[in-house]
Amino acid sequence: MSHGKDPNHIIDPNKWIDRYSDYLYNYTITRVNDKEIALDIIQDTFFAGLKSMKNFKGEASERTWLISILKRKIIDHYRKINSKKGKAEVRMNYKSELDSEGDWLEEQVPDNSENNAEESLINEELGSAILNCLSKLPKKQAQVFKMKTIQGYDTEIICNELNITASNLWVIIHRARTAMAMCLKDNWF
Amino acid sequence: MGKFFLKCEEASHVCDKSQYRESSFVERIKLTFHLLYCKVCRGYSKNNSKLTSCIEKSKVTCLDESAKKEIKENFQKELVKY
Repeated sequence: MSHGKDPNHIIDPNKWIDRYSDYLYNYTITRVNDKEIALDIIQDTFFAGLKSMKNFKGEASERTWLISILKRKIIDHYRKINSKKGKAEVRMNYKSELDSEGDWLEEQVPDNSENNAEESLINEELGSAILNCLSKLPKKQAQVFKMKTIQGYDTEIICNELNITASNLWVIIHRARTAMAMCLKDNWF
Repeated sequence: MGKFFLKCEEASHVCDKSQYRESSFVERIKLTFHLLYCKVCRGYSKNNSKLTSCIEKSKVTCLDESAKKEIKENFQKELVKY
């Protein structure tokens, strides 16, 4: 295991899943639009991270480093489906071959989003900020908040699942919302 | 129905419930009235609504616990090799 100089840039795979899996999932699902594929890609990313752990120099944070691996995995995924689709079908010749040399293959995939790019970029940053704040909450608070607010489960279901009372739940939600608002306030409110 | 004047603690509870559309009409009226004279709760209420709209706008998603657990189990198996 290699350690960088910055104490924040130490690698610790034991905590990867708890710390980063939501973040990686959110990043992936907006790009591949399929839950199962996204899960596979995330799993691959964590495995690849283990494999190349010794190359981690500590120049970037662990999260940034994992995202850089994830990006390559997503590109690989598009390469694979592009070659599967059959060339005649999807090849878009709006540019000559020469022009597009060195471009990302993702650019050749149709873009279904109707809203403008800038807005979705901002919303994606906001999504990352939310998940980042969420990872700073105590585990139970984060879990309850996530289930109630992001996944939209009913109070009753959460209470059964986590074995808490409804009034417990609302106390936890209140603390979580207060902390989340504090965390997002400076940059997003 | 209880009393008309909410304590701050009750007001913030109604405010929290409102974020999930789980407050009753009467509760919301009481809250609105409380906010007229309570600056602290006004502040909380404002941030609380902003948090809700941030989350809606971002369309943020996350893994369900079962999927996370599965990833974790597979990962643990792999991790012991290192």
